Amino acid sequence: MALVSALHTLLALVLAPLLVGVINRTKAIVAGRVGQPVRQPYADLWKLLQKGAVYSRTTTWVFRTGPVVGLAAVLVAVALVPFGGAPALLAFPGDLVLFAYLLGLVRFFTVIAALDTGSSFEGMGASREVTFAALVEPALFLGLATLARCTGTLSISAMFSGITLRGWGQGGPAFALLAAAFLIVFLAENARIPVDDPTTHLELTMIHEVMVLDHSGPDFAFILYSSALKLWLLGALLIGIIFPLRSGQLWLNSIVAVAGMVGLAILTGLIESCMARLRLVRVPQLLVGASVLAALALVLVLR
Amino acid sequence: MKQIPTPTGLSIHHGETALLQAVPHLSMAEFREAVITSVEQGGRLAALFGRPCETGAVQLIAVVASGETGMLSLVSTAVTDAYPALTPECPQAHWFEREIAEQWSVRPEGHPWLKPVRFHAAYRHGQHVWSPAQDGELLPSVTNFFRVAGEEVHEVAVGPVHAGIIEPGHFRFQCHGEQVLHLEISLGYQHRGVERALVGGPTKRTVHYMETLAGDTSVGHATAYCQALEALAEYGVPARAQTLRGITLELERLANHTGDLGALAGDVGYLPTAAYCGRIRGDFLNLTALICGSRFGRGLVRPGGVGFDVDRSRISQLVERLERALSDVASAVSLLWDTPSVLARFEETGTVSRETCETLGLVGPAARACGVERDVRHEFPSGIFRFAHIPVSTWHTGDVFARAYVRWLEIQRSAAFVREQLAVLSDGPSRGELGALSPDRVAVSLVEGWRGEICHVAVTDTQGQLSAYKVIDPSFHNWMGLALAQRNQQISDFPLCNKSFNLSYCGHDL
Repeated sequence: MALVSALHTLLALVLAPLLVGVINRTKAIVAGRVGQPVRQPYADLWKLLQKGAVYSRTTTWVFRTGPVVGLAAVLVAVALVPFGGAPALLAFPGDLVLFAYLLGLVRFFTVIAALDTGSSFEGMGASREVTFAALVEPALFLGLATLARCTGTLSISAMFSGITLRGWGQGGPAFALLAAAFLIVFLAENARIPVDDPTTHLELTMIHEVMVLDHSGPDFAFILYSSALKLWLLGALLIGIIFPLRSGQLWLNSIVAVAGMVGLAILTGLIESCMARLRLVRVPQLLVGASVLAALALVLVLR
Repeated sequence: MKQIPTPTGLSIHHGETALLQAVPHLSMAEFREAVITSVEQGGRLAALFGRPCETGAVQLIAVVASGETGMLSLVSTAVTDAYPALTPECPQAHWFEREIAEQWSVRPEGHPWLKPVRFHAAYRHGQHVWSPAQDGELLPSVTNFFRVAGEEVHEVAVGPVHAGIIEPGHFRFQCHGEQVLHLEISLGYQHRGVERALVGGPTKRTVHYMETLAGDTSVGHATAYCQALEALAEYGVPARAQTLRGITLELERLANHTGDLGALAGDVGYLPTAAYCGRIRGDFLNLTALICGSRFGRGLVRPGGVGFDVDRSRISQLVERLERALSDVASAVSLLWDTPSVLARFEETGTVSRETCETLGLVGPAARACGVERDVRHEFPSGIFRFAHIPVSTWHTGDVFARAYVRWLEIQRSAAFVREQLAVLSDGPSRGELGALSPDRVAVSLVEGWRGEICHVAVTDTQGQLSAYKVIDPSFHNWMGLALAQRNQQISDFPLCNKSFNLSYCGHDL
């Protein structure tokens, strides 16, 4: 079992940038373009790693620490998230709190690195990021609390191996609400439309992108890679809820879960292709909506 | 009915010329009175500029356009170093007076916002009007920006180097959190001194300058220039040439409006329309290329007519490709109006009231989106537009949606016009020889470019050469409209609002 968990962690490390490639390719195809190759994110990472980094004289060590701490925290989080029904590499009661605050740590360091530049753009992005993060966190916690209540455990791995098709049959509405809440969390945390627009070049409208404008070279590669890993992590949680297929064979479970991840990437691409981004003042309503959905799910399972 | 404005001005038709001596030369008090009352009575300040006199003074010439009567009223006066500014009573003059102060080192006393427009050295005295407070060379955007102070108030400076491939301009926002309290726009990075280079002309180069005043309005500016020259030479353009000019002017509008709608969709992250319109804009540009070999219509409009003619097979090819592009753009743009998330972004963003529009004298789609029926093709028709009328497209809400929707209405009407004109294109010559320009005359030429009213004023000297040439791009009127549209809006909506105006930097900076 430990071997499978290690294999899944490796899978996440290797395949995470692929999801970004699939999203981009989906958007291109819907828009009638050929688009970049699916492997483009890997090429970008490779290119950035070979470059030198440029640092502004106004920045301090905080600016350089941001990407490194960010990547380290995400790597630990990868070890906490189960995949394809198998437990994660690290699992202990209460690891869901560690998971949530590892994501919080990534955000904290991204934000202070952005503030360290002293740029008004990055300050605005940081302010938006923390505002929205404060609204996303309740949704994530209420969702995890619902799962904890359903499965009677406080470890993410145990929770997700507790989700089964039979569970869906009994608590379907609660799971559906949960899946909807997690989809919004997934889109918001990964800076996708309708919350943020990852393709825009307009600094004034950006949330996540604007905070990392001043990073370059390997630092930026770290940031891109940790974003890809974050996409994988939250995607794995969502897929864990939607696709609780258990074939009994470990390798088949893994393949189904990877297919689910690719499907999620395509879905994200389609969402980005068929709607505009929300006005910034409307975003909190969507995020509070996610918390309400998760709270409803919790009420349903507490009943 | 309002009264016919200003009895003190010289009234001429658009496309007519007047003897320079016939333009009433008033005292400063009379000049102010004449301009202010005629603007109050519904006129619009189309041009206000200075030109040097032999005496060392500066002659100010004002052109007030009355859309109701289709007449232009000209008045002039002379100033030396200072005069009481018109702006406090006639806000439409504010940008013009800043320009006059900058170019001729004449101080409009009491101007509430006297700052450089293009940050170049004065043409007269060699000493700019901002000295001694600001000594030495003027540098772009080095000026005293309006500042808001207080808790949670912050300043955001954007540009002149932008993230996209666009022209340089500096935007200074005073924000309270995400809300913009004030936006100040500082331009001039693209000042090339075009107007000064035109003096003593026309030469072989002049028409090329015109086509590159604002690269996306090549046909518009070239047409305005040719009309001015043809008026001065008392030359009648062949009917076929007039039609071809009209067709390419509308093709220019089609291409740019399509590109704008796509860019608006892109700014709200709505990919389908953004991607398709980007391509269809190219299809419209290619129609212009089919006529003259240049996608931007370079080389097409020439004094005396047009540089390229079309044969029968080319016309049928044009019609066929126009229909295809039109049906493509219809399906791409209808996606916008059918997508609630897009409408939620467009509606009630960057609203300009009708009152603000009238006060500032906005032009083009920006004005028509405030419900104002202001369109040179309708009010001051020239060329083919005297015979074939295009209905004025307006919408009443004044927001980004209105500016987008007016563009869509105009796309449909321009396409119908082009289709109709290609069908009835008369035979005959497409170009004639232009004679010498009459001396000591002034001509005003107006064209409705895709951004709005293009106004060229040409003045000839005793030899029949250009002694002054004034170009007013629609952007010159509208930049202030953008600044006001952004008030109390979210700073994150600025790119969208900016795109809905899509103003020219080089057309303004000249």
